[in-house]
Amino acid sequence: MPDYKGSGRPVIRVADVAKAFRIPEEQMHTLKERVLHPLRRTGHHTFKALEDVSFEVREGEFFGIVGRNGSGKSTLLKCLAGIYSADRGNIWIRGRMSPFIELGVGFNPDLAARDNVILNGIMLGLSPREARARYDHVIEFAELEEFQELKLKNYSSGMHVRLAFSVAIQVDADVLLIDEVLAVGDASFQQKCFDVFNRLRDAGTTIVLVTHDMGAVNRFCHRAVLLERGEIVAQGEPEHVANHYLELNFNRDTPEATAGVDRMGNGTARIVDAWCETDDGAQSPMYLQGQTLRFCARVEFVAESEDPGLTVEIENEDQVKVLVASTAIEHERSGRFAAGEEAVFSVEFTNVLAPGRYFPVVTVSRLGRGLEILDRSTRETSMVVAGSAARGGLVDIPVRASIERSPSSERRHAEVG
Amino acid sequence: MSTVDYVDLGPPIRGPGALSGDWRRFWHLTFTIARTEFKLRFYGSALGYVWQLVRPLLMFGVLDLVYSLGKLGAIPHYPAMLLSGVVMFNFFAEATAGSVRCVVDRESFVRKIQFPRLAIPFAVVLTAGFNLCVNFFAVAVFTFVDGARPRLQWLELPLILVMLITLALGWSMLLSALFVRFRDIQPIWDVVLQVLFYGSLILIPLEKIQPHHLLGQPLAHFWLLNPLGVVMQQYRHALLGPLPTTVANGVHINGSVSAATAIGGYPELAIPVGFVVVLLFVGFWVFNRSAPHIAENL
Repeated sequence: MPDYKGSGRPVIRVADVAKAFRIPEEQMHTLKERVLHPLRRTGHHTFKALEDVSFEVREGEFFGIVGRNGSGKSTLLKCLAGIYSADRGNIWIRGRMSPFIELGVGFNPDLAARDNVILNGIMLGLSPREARARYDHVIEFAELEEFQELKLKNYSSGMHVRLAFSVAIQVDADVLLIDEVLAVGDASFQQKCFDVFNRLRDAGTTIVLVTHDMGAVNRFCHRAVLLERGEIVAQGEPEHVANHYLELNFNRDTPEATAGVDRMGNGTARIVDAWCETDDGAQSPMYLQGQTLRFCARVEFVAESEDPGLTVEIENEDQVKVLVASTAIEHERSGRFAAGEEAVFSVEFTNVLAPGRYFPVVTVSRLGRGLEILDRSTRETSMVVAGSAARGGLVDIPVRASIERSPSSERRHAEVG
Repeated sequence: MSTVDYVDLGPPIRGPGALSGDWRRFWHLTFTIARTEFKLRFYGSALGYVWQLVRPLLMFGVLDLVYSLGKLGAIPHYPAMLLSGVVMFNFFAEATAGSVRCVVDRESFVRKIQFPRLAIPFAVVLTAGFNLCVNFFAVAVFTFVDGARPRLQWLELPLILVMLITLALGWSMLLSALFVRFRDIQPIWDVVLQVLFYGSLILIPLEKIQPHHLLGQPLAHFWLLNPLGVVMQQYRHALLGPLPTTVANGVHINGSVSAATAIGGYPELAIPVGFVVVLLFVGFWVFNRSAPHIAENL
């Protein structure tokens, strides 16, 4: 999370905003229908997209609005952008606002870059003179100097997006509203966009980002709100909001019992129950990075067996085995278990898994010569790991970093300075 | 969170509207959209703007041929009047028929950015206005060749055009706002335009109306209730000057009289002129009312 360096003065204030849409149950679009069926009521139901939403954004703040699909976040952004009018409540915005709801509004494929830049600039609120004056900057930023005379329809989609983005940031607004426009474009372009946003933010521009990319929220936002069914359910630190979001997203899938169908194994032992808990014994379908995880299995022995052990294999969604933990490492020999005996096996480790969904598979096997599988759970149960430190790898382990300047370059630096 | 001094943030934002209170932006947008449309109209065609001239001339040629066979050629300056009429009607038809779908067709703007919504229908009328300007070159040359010479009454012509443009604007606001909810507007308006073309003293000059009566009144009195007819008649009167009156079957026939004379007096003239003014306000009122919700009703 970046540090907030702004003045703290509010720039956006949203007070008790509500917005509902009337959705007609039967569309009556033509006069004929109305004339022929004058008595038919056009029934409609109301869909409450936003309800009593209030928050404040301070000057120079990078503010996130997150929520699942249909939670009302785009409606809220459109209310902020002045495209929808709120049914109740008020919105205050100080200064010029530039919406990045869609890039390149008004772009015409039959016109060359110049006409499109000016057209789009005027649509975004520039005067024609301002738009003409900024044209060179726009083309330069988009790195399209060689393609100025080309009709827009002959542009590649990447060039198109670059041009549109360049216009939008040239509007020099005090408030930027960004609606997942960054889903388009490749990774390097996205990074370039965020670099620009960060630079603008440091220069005092207030930025509101609507997204469901929790990584982006954590990396860029000072604060965020979480919308669910049109209401704010969490507000504050991005990490807090992001965790809340993940909880919302995954809480609905409860783990099903591992029913024993077509299990592997020779039937000597049976896994009665298998679960995962944190070090304080709590069980949930979601675990945070850095927590201690304990995988447990209650095993009932059908027949006598010697030196059984528990192995937990954790596969990710791509069916890559990310981690294997086994009791065999700790206990060289577990001894002899009689028929009818029950035992709980468990392995414990720090959760270093990258955020995502995982499928733990628990196996009870006889250790020693070869591998004799006594029982094995299926891949049906899944768990979710949430966290904010995703760096892109399969696991995220604590990293100690340091940078040491070599003495010679320090001297050069001093001379230059 | 600290309480905010509300004064600091100024008035709350008002959401989308017909004008959104910013006249300069409204004008910039209207002009830019209209100019782009105008530029694109003949994009890629070899003759470009020339087509804009050729089209009404061709239409005029066909009509003139057909109606000279119908012995209308005897009316002095009929061709000049016909061409002017076709050009002005073209403007009206283009502005209004183009406005019907304009808001719906520009859905991509309307749903994505905030701007004065009224710029859309106004831009359509302005584009048609650009075309009207181009066409008036042809009309001017033709009128001159036809023998019309400058008269003091030509000062009236801009006023007549103002009435025509006002009429087009009124319809354009009304139609574009209504079309969002009633999609039948489009075919209905196509028919209305057809009727107007034959009923606005363009093809059929006043001379052909004057001999007829309706409900004991001269038919012309009803005929000129149509504001477009008033525009055409007054234009003819101002541009070409008086013609001698002829008497046939006890009825005075003079196709060059002013609109006020043709309709039967100034009080009667107030009806079509008043209609234009009322339409402008009604059109604006309807558009202004639907503007805040256009984006969600599309």
